[in-house]
Amino acid sequence: MKLEDRKYILNALVKNAKTTAADLAEQLGASEQEVAAEIADLEKQNIIRGYHALVNEDNLHDKPVKAIIEVRVRPEREGGFDRIARRLSNFPQVTALYLMSGGYDLMIEVRGADLNEVASFVSSKLATIDGVLSTATHFLLKKYKESGIMLLEEERDERLKIVP
Amino acid sequence: MSDSRSCRDFVAPHIAVLPKSGIRYFFDLVNTMSDVISLGIGEPDFVSPWSVCEGAMYSLERGRTSYTSNLGLLSLRKAICDYVAEEFGVRYAPENECLVTVGVSEAFDLAIRAITSPGDEIVYHEPCYVSYGTEIRMSHGVPVPVCTYEKNLFALDPADLEKAVTPRTRAIILNFPCNPTGAVLTDEQMRDIAKIAVKYDLAVIADHIYSELHYDDRPMHTVAALPGMRERTIFLHGFSKAFAMTGFRIGYACGPNSIVDAMMKIHQYAMLCAPTTAQYGAEEALKSARPDMHRMVAEYKGRRNVIVSRFNEMGLSCFNPQGAFYVFPNITSTGLNSQDFAVRLLQSKRVAVVPGNAFGACGEGYVRCSYATSLEDIRTAMDRIAEFLDDLKAGKA
Repeated sequence: MKLEDRKYILNALVKNAKTTAADLAEQLGASEQEVAAEIADLEKQNIIRGYHALVNEDNLHDKPVKAIIEVRVRPEREGGFDRIARRLSNFPQVTALYLMSGGYDLMIEVRGADLNEVASFVSSKLATIDGVLSTATHFLLKKYKESGIMLLEEERDERLKIVP
Repeated sequence: MSDSRSCRDFVAPHIAVLPKSGIRYFFDLVNTMSDVISLGIGEPDFVSPWSVCEGAMYSLERGRTSYTSNLGLLSLRKAICDYVAEEFGVRYAPENECLVTVGVSEAFDLAIRAITSPGDEIVYHEPCYVSYGTEIRMSHGVPVPVCTYEKNLFALDPADLEKAVTPRTRAIILNFPCNPTGAVLTDEQMRDIAKIAVKYDLAVIADHIYSELHYDDRPMHTVAALPGMRERTIFLHGFSKAFAMTGFRIGYACGPNSIVDAMMKIHQYAMLCAPTTAQYGAEEALKSARPDMHRMVAEYKGRRNVIVSRFNEMGLSCFNPQGAFYVFPNITSTGLNSQDFAVRLLQSKRVAVVPGNAFGACGEGYVRCSYATSLEDIRTAMDRIAEFLDDLKAGKA
C-alpha cells in the first residue's frame, strides 16, 4: 500500500480507533482485505500499540484523581534511568511515565481513587525508593484537551445550509 | 398613499432583467426545515487553521487596524507571488502585478469590468459558478456559455470552445477544478485552449480558487504558465477553499501590470482595500498553514471516494472528479428533472442537494453534492438517497 494511504489509515485510527477496515477501504478506494492487512502490519511492527477509549472523567460519578509528579532520581552507572523507570512503571497507579530534559528527570502521571490514595502512593511507595532524590506532586484540576480532542465544547456547524 | 404612484421604477433595466441565483429559491426552502443533512454547501466544513486565526488576532493586538495600500499589504503580496511562483511556475512582481481583493468574487468582478466594453462577448464553460453569466451582463458584455459534458468528464472541449469564438470575443473564463462538477483539464486540453487564446488574441480569466483541492498526483498547473499566455492571463486565486477561510474574504489577482493596474483603479474607488485583519490572517496562512491544508485535502479525497462509489452503487452514474469538493451525479435515470429531484429528495428524506440547472442550462439532469461535510453525514445522506431511489421505483416518493 502507498505510504500516503498508510498515513491516512493511521490518522483515521488515531482520531477514531473504532473506524473499521471496511470504512477505510471505501475511503481509500481499496479492498477491505488490503486495509485489514495494512492494519495488521502496523500492529505487527508495533506502530499501533493499542486501541483505547478517551474518557472524560469529569462526567464520571466516581471521578478519579490524577496527578503529575516531577521526580528527581540518581542515575545509575549502568543503564542510567532505565531500571528505576521500569520499576516505577510496574505500579498500576502510574498511567504514564516520561524521561524529561530540564529541572527534573522523570514525569509520572499517577491515578488514584482519591487524594489520599495518590498522596500515600507518593509518600510510601515512590519517595522511599532508593535513588529517588525528590518529588513534587501537582494535582490535575480540570482537563480541557486530551489526545488532540477538545473536551469542553461541542462543535456546531454554523454554515449556511446552501452556498453556491 | 402608495409609493408606486409617486415615483418611477429606479432599478436599471439591465439589472432588473437579471435572474436571481437559482440557488436562492432552494435556500429559502431548506431554511424552513429542520434535521436536514445538507450536501449543498460550497464551503469547507473545517474551521480556519488556528495559526491563521491567531495571526489575525495578533495583528489586532498590535493595533494594525488602519487601511493598507490599495493593492494590499506588500508583505502579503510578496508571500502570494512567491507561492504562485513556487506552486504554479509563474512569477509576478509583488509591486505592480498582484492585487489583494475581497475574495475571488471581487477579483472576478474587477477582471470582468476591467476588460469588457459593451457588446464584448466573453466565453465560459457551463455548468459553472453562478456569477459568471450575470457578472458579464452587469458589465454590458454578452455571456457566451459553452456546454461541457459528462462523456468528456466535464472538461472544456477545445473544439467546442473554438466554435464559440467570434470577432466580438474578448475573453475566455476557465475554472478548473470546477464548481459545480469537480472537473479538471488535462495538460493537453489546457495547451489547446491556450493556442486558441493566442490565435484569436483573447484574454483568459483563470479562476484557480479550487486548485489546491485536486486528487491526482500531478502538481498544480495554470494556463498562465504556457507560451504566450502570461501577458493575456488574469490569474485569480484566494484563501477561502484551500485554507478554509471563506469568512476572511481574501482573494487576489495576478497578471500583467496593465490589467492589474486597471483592476486596481476600480478596486481603489469601489473598495479601497481588503480588510486589514483578514490580510494578516492570509499572510499567516501562507507562512504556517500549509500542513493544515494538506491534511484537509487528504480528508476530502477519502470522502470523495466514498461518495462516488456510493452513487455508482445505487445506480446514479457519477464520474470520479479529480478536483474541488463536489460530485455531479447524473439523475436522468430517475425520470425526474434536477429541480424536482432536489425538491422531492429534500421533502421526503431531508437531504439537500443543489439542482444542476442552477449552474447553467446544461447542468440539467444532474445535481451538485458537496462533500465538504463530515463522513458520517455523507454516509447517512447516501443511505437516505438510496432509500429515495427505492421509493421512486416502488412509486412511493
